[in-house]
Amino acid sequence: MIPAIVVFLYLATVLYIGIFAFRRASGREKAEDYFLASRSLGPFVFLFSLFGTNMTAFAILGSSGHAFNNGIVTFGLMASSSGLVIPLTIFLVGTRVWALGKKYGFMTPVQMFRDRWECSHIGTVIFVVQAVLLVPYIIIGIMGGGTTLSTISGGFVPFWFGGAIVAMVVMSYVFFGGMRGTAWVNTFQTVLFLCFGAVALIVIGVGMGGFRSAAQALQTPQLSWLLTRERISPYYFFSYTFIPLSAIAFPHILIFCLTAKKMSQFKKTVIFYPICILAIWLPCVFLGVMANRVTDVPQITAKQEARRVLATQGRTMEPERRDELREKSAGDDVIMLLLQRYAPLWLAGLLGAGIMAAVMASDSQILALSTMFTEDVFAFYGGKTRFGESVQVQTGRIFIILITLFAYVVALQAPETIFELAIQYAFSGFASLSPLLIAALFWRGSTKWGALAVTLWTAFAVVAVAVLQSVVPAPAPGPPTVLWALGGFQVLSRTPGGTAVFGFMPVVPMVLVSALLMIVVSRITKKPDASTIAKYFGGRHP
Amino acid sequence: MKKILLVVAVAALYILHQDIWFWRSSYLVFGFIPIGLFYQGCFSVAAALLMWLLVTFAWPAHLEQEVEETTVREDAVR
Repeated sequence: MIPAIVVFLYLATVLYIGIFAFRRASGREKAEDYFLASRSLGPFVFLFSLFGTNMTAFAILGSSGHAFNNGIVTFGLMASSSGLVIPLTIFLVGTRVWALGKKYGFMTPVQMFRDRWECSHIGTVIFVVQAVLLVPYIIIGIMGGGTTLSTISGGFVPFWFGGAIVAMVVMSYVFFGGMRGTAWVNTFQTVLFLCFGAVALIVIGVGMGGFRSAAQALQTPQLSWLLTRERISPYYFFSYTFIPLSAIAFPHILIFCLTAKKMSQFKKTVIFYPICILAIWLPCVFLGVMANRVTDVPQITAKQEARRVLATQGRTMEPERRDELREKSAGDDVIMLLLQRYAPLWLAGLLGAGIMAAVMASDSQILALSTMFTEDVFAFYGGKTRFGESVQVQTGRIFIILITLFAYVVALQAPETIFELAIQYAFSGFASLSPLLIAALFWRGSTKWGALAVTLWTAFAVVAVAVLQSVVPAPAPGPPTVLWALGGFQVLSRTPGGTAVFGFMPVVPMVLVSALLMIVVSRITKKPDASTIAKYFGGRHP
Repeated sequence: MKKILLVVAVAALYILHQDIWFWRSSYLVFGFIPIGLFYQGCFSVAAALLMWLLVTFAWPAHLEQEVEETTVREDAVR
């Protein structure tokens, strides 16, 4: 119970920070203050809150769980590619969006799109697709919170109750503190996690008898594949470099870019982002892999046994039995199990709080959805003019309650592991929307019809992948089930982890077709007025 | 020329992410870090260095100036 008590103290602390931010903002019921902290965040808070916003349960629990079952490939798949692509997009896109926000007062990406392409309802379509894709991200946070609290309390706090507590705490400090509270909490959480991540690595390493012996124990014919990437196709590995394009297209990241006081604050964020990713992901992936040599934690050995049965007998099993084994072998809680086994109780609590910090990053997504709803729908369709800015802020707060409740209910029903849920829907979808930003900021010839085509294609592709994967059951580990072959090429396949198009993950064709649609449709449709283009690109016309 | 070199550096690092040369090696660097993981860790450090180069040599300072000019104009109007 001691670790659980420490985690509860931590939750009380972040709640206090949110309420403190509320008191600080007291009397300023302005939308820009509540949703963007008056565009006044300093360099330290901007760096750590922007980074913390991106570090969700997916990064911590999902990465170690994925590494437990897939080996070191996890780091190269998501972490190192993110370390290159995300800061690059913040450098190219984030800075430009910040400048436009300062000049024209934009608070959401859709406001910018509406102005840039002279559209109204197309902006609403973009809002709907963004909102639908963002919800899974919020669900991940609640699921991660439930898993963490349940594991750290030894099952005393059930998953549903742990998820409810996390949802309540996050909802409360976002409700009261708005962007200021969210940014402060994110900064506190990121610092906490960076400190305790290193401690966790050392404590577990010592407990295991040193990493040298742990790593060498994995060099057996049965387990050495975990130290290589021999079971992963290079096409699949390459596909993952497209996923980090989603980061800058996530509304909460883009909205965060609007909160910086000065553009120079982006410099430190861009430079230190890859290092922060390295500092958090490397220990998580390493520990996830090393968990495979643990033989004295029954829950971990049960996972290994489920994986072994799936690999050896999966081909002859019913799909339902395979799904059951997949769920049993999922490693989302391995880090927590390692802490319980190797860390002293009080330290396990502190480290659990550190993990909780990363898990609770869904706050920014909740706030972003609220900002988008109140600005892109409520204010755009006349609510702000009719009822005033104070009502707009209150509407945002009510929206926060509703969206959190909805995400919690879905989190209780969702059968997928954290990692799969995140990758398959939210990340691929937002990566596919990234050509919108590139076109809006760098191509004067882009049009609203091109933007609509990209948005509709993204919605269609995400739904198509989800339907395909629910209709065709995942095969056992090994060769994929080929659904469509042409001239000896596997055009469409169902893989154990998802879907493949010409061997690539769906995100690759999704992004490429989006870019192509933007180009083709924009070329044959009417451009915005010359004055609008001049506003964004200077005096020259297309 | 400076910008072309930076674009080439970004493209080169993107290609270097696909380290097929360590794909099947389970060699342990320092006796405990798998070589594939060690390489990707070093890749992250190289990415940070590249970002420093971009910020130092290709910073879009004109955007800052435009914002400052707009702010000055707005203050003057008020």
